[in-house]
Amino acid sequence: MISLYDFYILNEKLKNKLRTEEFDKRKRDECLKLLGFWISPFSRRVEMALKFKGVPYEYLEEDLPKKTPLLLELNPIHKKVPVLVHNDKILSESHVILEYIDLTWSNNPFLPQDPYEKAMARFWAKFVDEQILPLGFMSLVKAETGIEVAIEETRELITYLEKEVTGKYYFGGKTIGFLDMVAGSMIPFCLARAWECMGIDMITHEKFPELNRWINKLNEVEIVRECIPPKEKHIERMNQIVERIKST
Amino acid sequence: MAEKEEVKLLGIWASPFSRRIEMALKLKGIAYDYVEESLDNKSPLLLALNPIHKKVPVLVHNGKAILESHVVLEYIDETWKHNPILPQDPYDRSKARFFAKLVDEQIFNAGFVSMTKAEQQGREDLAEQTRELITYLEKELVGKDFLGGKSVGFLDLVAGSMIPFCLERGWEGMGLQVITDDKFPEYKRWVKNLEKVESVTDCIPPKEKHIEHMNFMVGRFRSS
Repeated sequence: MISLYDFYILNEKLKNKLRTEEFDKRKRDECLKLLGFWISPFSRRVEMALKFKGVPYEYLEEDLPKKTPLLLELNPIHKKVPVLVHNDKILSESHVILEYIDLTWSNNPFLPQDPYEKAMARFWAKFVDEQILPLGFMSLVKAETGIEVAIEETRELITYLEKEVTGKYYFGGKTIGFLDMVAGSMIPFCLARAWECMGIDMITHEKFPELNRWINKLNEVEIVRECIPPKEKHIERMNQIVERIKST
Repeated sequence: MAEKEEVKLLGIWASPFSRRIEMALKLKGIAYDYVEESLDNKSPLLLALNPIHKKVPVLVHNGKAILESHVVLEYIDETWKHNPILPQDPYDRSKARFFAKLVDEQIFNAGFVSMTKAEQQGREDLAEQTRELITYLEKELVGKDFLGGKSVGFLDLVAGSMIPFCLERGWEGMGLQVITDDKFPEYKRWVKNLEKVESVTDCIPPKEKHIEHMNFMVGRFRSS
């Protein structure tokens, strides 16, 4: 004759067993593929997010600018990486994918929970991709005379991020978050390589002590290190890209 | 028991980006103060709240400023959780966000530039590009009353404020026929549905004044 308490314990154990089996079954049945490109910061940040959540996935490398029939089929509108395939769902646009990942695998959220903090993270992420990238890359590369002006203008934009990260280990606080993945994949591990091959020291220690500290902290995070393009090979490729843009 | 909340919206009557915020606030029944800004004479308040972009809309909620219309819409939905405008399902939510970007980036660019081209062929080419892009929305609307399903949602506010109640006014002013009845029956049906929703129709610029304004903006763009 079992007590009500024993019955409760047995019931909880059974529920846990079923939950684990259900989870394992889902894991086995789950199909998760990422189409990416090794130097694309947009696809690298999705890799960081998936690793952050500890979700296994299959990676398919696109050899851009050649586009595989698979890419064209999965992303006919933009024909770009990254594309995430999750079972029968196809997602594109890196910020959209990151938000999907955070909602779908709810362990270790990387977006802030507070609505205002979340809004700020989203605002700064757009700022990185829509303001810093065009000015800090295309405008800079194309500037024949007046490159100093373009460099200064880029530094003015980067100053906003310097303020945002002041007093924090990461943009996400004590651990990396959404904005660290967006800004990290874009600035130190993509744009900075372009700046290096152009002989530009953009994020100087004197002007940007907090961002330099942030970059050092990022380098300590295993999943970030695992998801960044190898430096020498990246700089070599950046050289080619910069030359190609200058000659058009 | 709600405390007195301070909600203020800085906007411009002709801006689809600020009109969609008004629609969202009305849909949620949120009381707010509206501050009309001028493109050519931006207030010190706007410049203080949005020093980076100096643009509307800016939502101020209890002293905090939120910028960028998509970010503001998501903030509104997360803060006032009744009558949700974003889909609950993560994938549907992603699709809504994806198409919202398509509207504001590709459709807006092609659609606006189509008005500014000096030669007719240039205008027609861009009108055709815009039609191709709007076809994606046409497909999304099949079998639905709204892009959000049975009721107006995030994508309806973004696409509605931008296409029928902004770009179409510009095209009308230019004499450009972009969204034809034969090719876009679902779109036409959707617009009729939108016109029955008070929170939408209360928040659209008055038509004649808007067409005049769009003509003026196109002229200004061409001469710059």
